[in-house]
Amino acid sequence: MTKLNIWIAKHQNKMTILIAILIGLSLVFNYLMHFEAAATIFMILASIVGAIPVALHAFTALQNKVISIELLVTIAVVGAFIIGEYEESAVVTFLFLFGNYLEQKTLEKTRSSVKSLTKMAPTMAELVVENGQTEMVDVDDLDEGDRVLVKTGGQIPVDGKIVQGTGYMNEASITGESTPIKKGIGDKVFAGSLTDNGTITVETTSVGEDTTFGKIIELVEEAQDSQSPAARFIDKFATYYTPAVLIIGILVWIFTKDFPLAITVLVLGCPGALVIGAPVSNVAGIGNGAKNGILMKGGNAVNTFAQVDTLVLDKTGTLTTGKMSVTIVDNFDGDKEKLLGLLTAVEKTSNHPLGQAIINYAEDQNIKPASGLPTLDTVKGQGLVGQTDDFKILVGNEKLMKANQVNINDLQKKIIEQRMQAGDSVVSMAINQELRLVVGVNDQLRFDAREGLQALKDAGLKKIVMLTGDNKLAAQRIAAKLPIDEVHAELLPEDKVEFVKQFQAQGSTVAFVGDGINDSPSLATADIGIGMGTGTDVAIETSDIILVKSSFDALAHAYILAKKTVANTKENIVIAVGTVALLLLGLIVGVIHMGSGMFVHELSILVVIFNAMRLIRNKSSKLDTDQVLKTAN
Amino acid sequence: MAKVILQLGELTCPSCMTKIQKAVQNQDGVSNVKVLFNAGKVRADIDESKTSAEKLSKVITDLGYEVLKTKVKELA
Repeated sequence: MTKLNIWIAKHQNKMTILIAILIGLSLVFNYLMHFEAAATIFMILASIVGAIPVALHAFTALQNKVISIELLVTIAVVGAFIIGEYEESAVVTFLFLFGNYLEQKTLEKTRSSVKSLTKMAPTMAELVVENGQTEMVDVDDLDEGDRVLVKTGGQIPVDGKIVQGTGYMNEASITGESTPIKKGIGDKVFAGSLTDNGTITVETTSVGEDTTFGKIIELVEEAQDSQSPAARFIDKFATYYTPAVLIIGILVWIFTKDFPLAITVLVLGCPGALVIGAPVSNVAGIGNGAKNGILMKGGNAVNTFAQVDTLVLDKTGTLTTGKMSVTIVDNFDGDKEKLLGLLTAVEKTSNHPLGQAIINYAEDQNIKPASGLPTLDTVKGQGLVGQTDDFKILVGNEKLMKANQVNINDLQKKIIEQRMQAGDSVVSMAINQELRLVVGVNDQLRFDAREGLQALKDAGLKKIVMLTGDNKLAAQRIAAKLPIDEVHAELLPEDKVEFVKQFQAQGSTVAFVGDGINDSPSLATADIGIGMGTGTDVAIETSDIILVKSSFDALAHAYILAKKTVANTKENIVIAVGTVALLLLGLIVGVIHMGSGMFVHELSILVVIFNAMRLIRNKSSKLDTDQVLKTAN
Repeated sequence: MAKVILQLGELTCPSCMTKIQKAVQNQDGVSNVKVLFNAGKVRADIDESKTSAEKLSKVITDLGYEVLKTKVKELA
């Protein structure tokens, strides 16, 4: 029995072809050679070959107390056989099996995006054994603490820590960032990322499904199966529907004594498109998201996100990159590069975040830090002071300059004011009481924040709210550049949660976008929590939607995709229910028979799958690389 | 307790899913059965004193589905 089952499962497609050939032969004998007896024999053969796999499926389902579609078809086919309708029985089984085949092929397409993701999962690793020798092993055989060697161009097989060597890592599969990042001893590396350059030895911390990449895959796989409320309803409906159809068929037989009509009811009653219509939209929608770095946790998340009308954003790390960078440098007298070299040398002695931004800027501009600095003292809340007999250097904020009576002329005053107006923090450097450098440092706005938020509004979002712990002025300056409706500043994390609750109390469906670590209460409270940033464990667990790529383009795409997926699901339900209604109507009028009924059924299944496949191609992004470069500079 | 993950061949009919789900669930010492239709995977927690991954694999094979790969992970 088991062997037969598997043999049939493997050869079902070949059997379908065989049935087609038999039916074809029968038609040839009947219409071209007028040899009806032979034609009938071929139809009988076709029916038997076709009925076996269907009946087997029905039987194993019945063993597990499931009344399946196959059972309906089997009864109908056996019935047709009994009353001598061999042509009908052959055509029905053929269409049923052929429909299965097409379903299988098209489903493969809707699943393809996730497949391509799982294919990127590492399978083999080069394990370091004694004496520095290595051997290739399956990643499943690795344990925590094992050391693996990864060469240039190789894929990192595990999550772990570099214990030897340095290299450039391409972590696009984890963070969405494809610019290679330099990593060395002690740095964490992720399974699924690639080494662009360099050979490293990695000490394993987690393997397989426990790695960040493994968790992402698991999440998407589960998401595709976790159903939307509509799909769940249909699923429940279908479990009662199939037995109900069987009972109706029997009742029709008892009351009308019309056996052919009763078995036609069984065929027409197959729930076909109804069962597959709603889930297939979800699979395609979630698959599209996964391909574009958007992880949506199942049909529920998609459904709720589509209903969101209020978007609440955190500022630092979400609207902005969270990284400080130099916006503008103004120098007064003297060589700019030399002055910057001096400033960089001073900042190297401190670990202030503003200083780090200046050091990075100098590195980018190939400016070397100056040497021979005097000893520096820190003035808390102001900056740094260094002094020798004939040289005094001050680096810090306005307070420091004032406290040391530095000369600042009107032009310089105006420049400093302008920088502060723009929301920058200002670092000044004075040498021997003369102001020489004014540097504006800012937490950079994400390059696509404006376009992304605008796209969200265009897609039907009613309100965008920005919440931040920053001061009011800085918050308002950022908000003024963006299509933001409300700004609330100087908040603590718990205040943010209160705002989310307040909007919900007003009847809004709220999505909260945050970086997933300090915002987890808000992420959990909102109807939809959207984690922006790298695929950290916290973000994966608390968010409903995870944007692997921290971009507003992705956020807008996710929103539009969710809306399209929900609309697609509705279309499919309409198609499925409409088909059943039309078939019943056709049956009453008398234009639908067993064979044609099955044909329409299979057709409707294909229609809903093709409809869902439109979601796979959908990419709403309009931002191109030119824009990226322009805004970045 | 151990977690078992079985990778099956492509699943195409949603009714197969119910079938597999019920058959695996009905085994002694099996809990938390999850059939991932689209990924073609079955996940379950098993009590190793009562059943094994091989047994589950056989149950599914008996239903007429191919089991491509089995993975067992000890749960602490």
